[in-house]
Amino acid sequence: MMMRLPTRVTQATLASALMLAMTLPAHAHRAWIVPQTTVVAGDSPMITLDAAISNDIFVSDYRAFNAAGLSAYDAEGNDLALENVHSGRFRTTFDLTLAAPGTYRVASASAGLSARWTNPDGSRGMFPGRGQSFNDAELEQAIPADADNLQISQVSRRIETFMTNGQPDFDVIEPTAQGLEMRYLTHPNDLYTQEDLVFQLLIDGEPAAGATVTLLRDGMKYRDQQDAIEVTTNAEGEMRFNLEQAGKYWLEARYQDEQAKAPATSRQGSYVVTLEVLGG
Amino acid sequence: MKYIVAAGALCVLGYTAVLPNQAIAAELEVEVPRLQVAAYHRPYVAIWVSDPRQQRVADVAVWYDVAMPDAEGEKWLPDMRQWWRRSGRTLYMPVDGVSGATRPVGKHRVALPDNLSAGEYIVHVEAARELGGREHIQIPFSVSADGSIQSQQQHAQGSSELGQVALIINQ
Repeated sequence: MMMRLPTRVTQATLASALMLAMTLPAHAHRAWIVPQTTVVAGDSPMITLDAAISNDIFVSDYRAFNAAGLSAYDAEGNDLALENVHSGRFRTTFDLTLAAPGTYRVASASAGLSARWTNPDGSRGMFPGRGQSFNDAELEQAIPADADNLQISQVSRRIETFMTNGQPDFDVIEPTAQGLEMRYLTHPNDLYTQEDLVFQLLIDGEPAAGATVTLLRDGMKYRDQQDAIEVTTNAEGEMRFNLEQAGKYWLEARYQDEQAKAPATSRQGSYVVTLEVLGG
Repeated sequence: MKYIVAAGALCVLGYTAVLPNQAIAAELEVEVPRLQVAAYHRPYVAIWVSDPRQQRVADVAVWYDVAMPDAEGEKWLPDMRQWWRRSGRTLYMPVDGVSGATRPVGKHRVALPDNLSAGEYIVHVEAARELGGREHIQIPFSVSADGSIQSQQQHAQGSSELGQVALIINQ
C-alpha cells in the first residue's frame, strides 16, 4: 500500500506541488521555472530565476509559484539554498549561486496515490482532497466502504530546469527511476538550433512509450499562432527535435498507462522542463 | 596581471615580426571593425582551429577582460557560444599563450599552430560584444604531409562584429 517517495521530496514540496496541480484547470495554466540565463562561468556566478503559473509561456500573468515547493540541487546533487526569495502576486523570484563547475537543477516534484469514487448519494469523492498533499498511509481509511466506481491512480508530477557552470555534467542529472522523468541524451544546457536534440522519457525507470509531448517557444504574445510542436515518444520513450529558432522553450510531457502497482489501477505522470536553445 | 599580459602580447608580436618564415607557416589577420554605436566596448574574440567535424584541435587566442579583479571578465566568455562549447567550458582560464586582453579597432595578427599533422582543418573566429552582437567566421584550410598550408578561400568578410579575416600563408 505504501509507495516509497523520493527522499528529496519533503512534505512541504508535496503539499505545495499538489496544491498547484489540483487547484488549476489543466488546460490553460502552465507552471514553469525559468532561469534568466542557463550557461555561466567565472567566480561563483549567480543566476536569477522566476517561477510562476501563467497562460502565456514565461509571462507572469496568473499567479506566483509557491516558493516552499521549490528545491534546488548543486553540481553534486546536494540541496542548495534559494537566495533572495520573493513571492509577489504574479511570480516568485530567487537567485542561485553556482559556486562550483557542473550542472545545477531546480525542481518541484511530488508523487503518490490519488483516489476518486462515487458516494452512495451520487456525490463524487476524492483523496487527497483539493489543496491536500499525497498521504498514501491514510488513503485506505479515507475511502468509504460503500464507495462506487473507485479508481486509484499512481501519480507523479515534476517541474524543473537546469543551469550549468562550465562543462555540462550528465551524471548529476541521471534519472532516479521514480515517477515520470527525462534522461537527457543531449544535455539540457547544450542545446543548439539545426541539431538533433534527443531526450528519453522514463516512467519509474522504464521507457515511457506513446507519451504526448508539447514544445512551446517563448514570445507567444508577439506571434499570431502558438506554434506548438507536438510529438509522441517512440517505443524507447524517445523524442527528437531539430529546431529552427533559438529561444527559451517550455516542454510538457504527459503519460498514462495501466501498469500500476496495486491498489492503483493506472499510472499517470506529468513532466515539465524549461530549456534554452542557442543559435548554432 | 595587466603587465604580465601586456608583456605576453609583446612577446607574441615580437616573435611574429622576427621569425616570419621559419616557425610560423600561417597567420590569421583579424580586423576589429570601427562601429558607430553609443556605448562601444571592445569585443571578446576567440580564435581556434577545429577539424572538419567541428572538434577543437587547438585554441589560438582568446581576447577578453583578463585584468578585471576576481576573474570577473570570465563571466562573459560563454557569449562566444560556439567557442565556449567547443573549448572554453573545459578550460581553466587564463591559458598561457592563448588568453590576452581585448584589442582595439584595427587589424591584428596571430600565428596559427605550426605543429598540425596533415589533414583538413577550419580556423574559426568568433566575436561577441557587450551591448552588441555576435559573429562567427570560418575559413577551411588543409595541411600537406610536408607541413605546407593550402586554402581555397583565404579571406572572409564579417558583416557586424568582425571586419576582414585573412589567412596569411608564409611560404
